[in-house]
Amino acid sequence: MHISEGVLSPPVLVAGAALTAAGVAMGLRKMDNEKIPRVAVLTAAFFVASLIRVPLGPSSVHLILNGLLGLVLGWAAFPAILVGLALQAILFQFGGLTTLGANTFIMAAPAVLCYYLFGRSVTSKHPGVATTLAFVCGFSAVLFSALLLAACLVFTGESFLHAARILVLAHLPVMFLEGLVVAFCLAFLMKVKPELLGVTHAAG
Amino acid sequence: MHIDNFASGDSLLHRLDPRVKIIAAMFFSVIVAVADRPLCLAAAICFSLALLLIARLSIREVLLRLLAVNAFIFFLWLFLPFTYGGEKLFSLGPLTATREGIIYVFQITVKSNAIVVALIALLGTTPIITLGHALGHLRVPSKLIHLLFFTVRYLQVLHLEYDRLRAAMRIRAFRPGTNLHTYRSLAYLIGMLLVKSFDRAERIRKAMLCRGFHGEFYLLSHFELERIDLVMFLIMMVVVGGMASLQWIILK
Repeated sequence: MHISEGVLSPPVLVAGAALTAAGVAMGLRKMDNEKIPRVAVLTAAFFVASLIRVPLGPSSVHLILNGLLGLVLGWAAFPAILVGLALQAILFQFGGLTTLGANTFIMAAPAVLCYYLFGRSVTSKHPGVATTLAFVCGFSAVLFSALLLAACLVFTGESFLHAARILVLAHLPVMFLEGLVVAFCLAFLMKVKPELLGVTHAAG
Repeated sequence: MHIDNFASGDSLLHRLDPRVKIIAAMFFSVIVAVADRPLCLAAAICFSLALLLIARLSIREVLLRLLAVNAFIFFLWLFLPFTYGGEKLFSLGPLTATREGIIYVFQITVKSNAIVVALIALLGTTPIITLGHALGHLRVPSKLIHLLFFTVRYLQVLHLEYDRLRAAMRIRAFRPGTNLHTYRSLAYLIGMLLVKSFDRAERIRKAMLCRGFHGEFYLLSHFELERIDLVMFLIMMVVVGGMASLQWIILK
């Protein structure tokens, strides 16, 4: 889900850059020096995870995992995604420099939203509740990203309306897939490493 | 995992001061991204191709890269010619393509590729770590640079970790398909990757504390502007300025 260079109109590019700058500033303020290695290593892990090809019918898709990233990193999702996308832009030329702001916001804003909406509740003791919410978290993060992407295109020009609508629809299978993967992944993490989700061990 | 694909080489652009390259790439991208006059865009394409020639990169590899990058643009070609209002050019069943629509997508395609080619020639020819140092000297917040360095450093480590986990799955006869078992296994794989990263980060943090880390990050590479850097910088700025005047000052 990267918008290429040269597509978006100047006002959309400026708005994206400004919102991302604010988000990154907030993320950096919340991330003290002690936490930098953790955020960086997890950023690298998410980068690697997003390269995994997940089979879907006759083709395969890449996961975005911004919902999970938001749960694990909170506001640090902004600098993490900015660095991830900057690396993709420089190493693989996906995305670009002028679209860095808009592309980062499209992925990071839903991540932070998920952190606030689901951060506490996915660690619920009740497994059914936790799994359902984790699915909703993974699903809605991609849904919000797709909607933001569509909004960027439509604000650029009315003629993008059809393309934007198809883009959102095309992401529907990915949304279900992300929901499933995030639900399974969170169940795993709660068993193996609840600290990752900010849960401290009870005595023993 | 291959990073720094285009960074090996010994052309003029490979040796240029990275700060110069970053600033030139920024100005060029911004001008081209907002430009729409044909003359300005033609100049942009010429400039990008000239950079590519100076960088002496493998044309084949650059073309392969462009093919991958243009996926989004191909997608737009499917829609915009038919949804952009204007003079009718031809019809495909119920769909009508307009002249203006095709010009608009063509313009987007040119802009996008001009920028990508320039980015390959300017930024792709610099090792990513060197770019990090240069960004640090250009006053990008140090925490962000710090984050970039660590991420690049551990990207390859974690990719190896991933390969190891994946090999373990293959040995146990895991074959991916469209089923719940695959999705659960891949989710656990991602979970395991995160757990390993979390533990590794903790070890790194402790190792850094042992070595007296107190939040200061020292930039070890320093750059000196030489005559050739200044000359190239001026040339590129003049070209970019010329493009801007083609766009906004000189009348059609």
